[in-house]
Amino acid sequence: MSASAAMTNRKKTSLWAMLIIVLAILVLPLTGYLYVSVTDQPTAVEQTNPRADTWRQVREGNKGYSAVTGQETNVLIQGAGQNWRQLRNGPIATYGAWLLSGVLVILAAFYLLRGEVKLNHPRTGRTVERWTLNERRLHWTTATLFILLAITGLSLLYGRYALIPLLGYPGFSAYATAAKWIHNVLGPVFMVALFIILIKWFKQNLFTKVDIQWFKDFGGMIGDKHPSAGKFNGGEKLWFWTLASAGVALCFSGLVLDFPNFGQERFVIIVAHLIHILTAMLLMAFSLGHIYIGTIGTEGALEGMTTGHVDVAWAEQHHDLWLKELEQQEQNPKH
Amino acid sequence: MARMKFLCDAERCIECNACVTACKNEHEVPWGINRRRVVTIDDGIPGEKSISVACMHCTDAPCQAVCPVDCFYTTADGVVLHDKDICIGCGYCFYACPFGAPQYPQEGAFGARGKMDKCTFCAGGPEEDNSAAEVEKYGRNRLAEGKLPLCAEMCSTKALIAGDGDIVADLFRSRVVRRGGRPDNWGWATAYKD
Ligand code: SF4
Ligand code: SF4
Repeated sequence: MSASAAMTNRKKTSLWAMLIIVLAILVLPLTGYLYVSVTDQPTAVEQTNPRADTWRQVREGNKGYSAVTGQETNVLIQGAGQNWRQLRNGPIATYGAWLLSGVLVILAAFYLLRGEVKLNHPRTGRTVERWTLNERRLHWTTATLFILLAITGLSLLYGRYALIPLLGYPGFSAYATAAKWIHNVLGPVFMVALFIILIKWFKQNLFTKVDIQWFKDFGGMIGDKHPSAGKFNGGEKLWFWTLASAGVALCFSGLVLDFPNFGQERFVIIVAHLIHILTAMLLMAFSLGHIYIGTIGTEGALEGMTTGHVDVAWAEQHHDLWLKELEQQEQNPKH
Repeated sequence: MARMKFLCDAERCIECNACVTACKNEHEVPWGINRRRVVTIDDGIPGEKSISVACMHCTDAPCQAVCPVDCFYTTADGVVLHDKDICIGCGYCFYACPFGAPQYPQEGAFGARGKMDKCTFCAGGPEEDNSAAEVEKYGRNRLAEGKLPLCAEMCSTKALIAGDGDIVADLFRSRVVRRGGRPDNWGWATAYKD
């Protein structure tokens, strides 16, 4: 197999994997409905009455006619809202809080046990460029937007319990008004930034054999191995593909919520909301790991994204194949 | 204390929309918003049924449960009211409400929502009863004057009944006993658990 054929194959596999993940993200939240509709059946419908059909229609949210115009004014009862309420206030809020605090606890424990992953060789004083100025701008813009969106989003889910006792009702209301506005306005901006990232770094994030070994060695986080990696290591690629799947689903579901002017029905909005909240939880949990490894978790990692340059010793330890590539390029610059 | 409920007798409702109009006029409801609406099932087909629906003032109200700023409260009469000064217009109560009761004035581009408006069972809001501020935000407070909701009061066929849930239920039951058939107190299974 030629190199380019292998490349297209890899591309195909990655694309398929991404599609499947996106599909799963879209479909899985719906299983909640199965659970709720099984456990929350309304009292049995009396079948003998000739009017039973009319009433069943009414209960099932079939559409009638109403002289009052407006969104879904012709629907008498909409059942999805109760399911949404139960899922959002119940398992999602509960497990979401557990997930995020669990990740924080694990990271703290990991830091206490393992400590910072140090450089194995002293700094050489020579540096190589890892991220250009524009790449760094792109990263920090997206990161800032992500954090703002995460904080404002979490405020809408947990603020009622966590912030009202602190700020009082009017205080929290004022804050929530701002949070809602910020979230709605910055969301689409984040989407643009994310898509630039996904397009820009797509090729370099296709998984290769090297990454399998990287994962087997836990990326050098646990144990003393130093698995090989190109410009992006296995972990960074996993983060990339999480963003490319869950992140994309997050963005599109966000658009459904952000623009009610298109009159999308409540059921669509509710499903979008569930997708939005689940993917957001996943990304927030992952981002905590990303932030940890990029800052206090690894000596010398942050400077790559702040100054743009990393020490050769760091590059050799964490991204050996990438360093080799750079050296080769230096020796025989392309034409 | 009475537990206030609405009941619409589908055998009587003739879809005249007087309740909708009465409500709009009594409370000076803003343009584009209707706190009550009449829905006809099988419109134009023999056996069509109409039901007038607004906020049902649910037990353990879904709107109240999902509101991120917790601006709803249930009065001693079982009426579900909200505080417009606190509401942020997020739309969540509309998603959760089984009856599609919450309505929003459009405020700003892309369908951005203003503060939520819904049926108050003619009981106003948190402000002082029938103060200018209360009337301005929520409409008249008839309950405070010892009157029942206007929509039901002026229903031409007395299809729509409002008031103490027990009395409403008795009234309806006696009607059904006289005319035969089955008591379909529409929406009650969804709205009320007390
Ligand atoms: S009908 Fe809707 S708005 Fe009224 S109390 Fe029930 S859930 Fe809330
Ligand atoms: S629109 Fe207002 S009342 Fe309704 S859930 Fe949002 S903040 Fe609460």
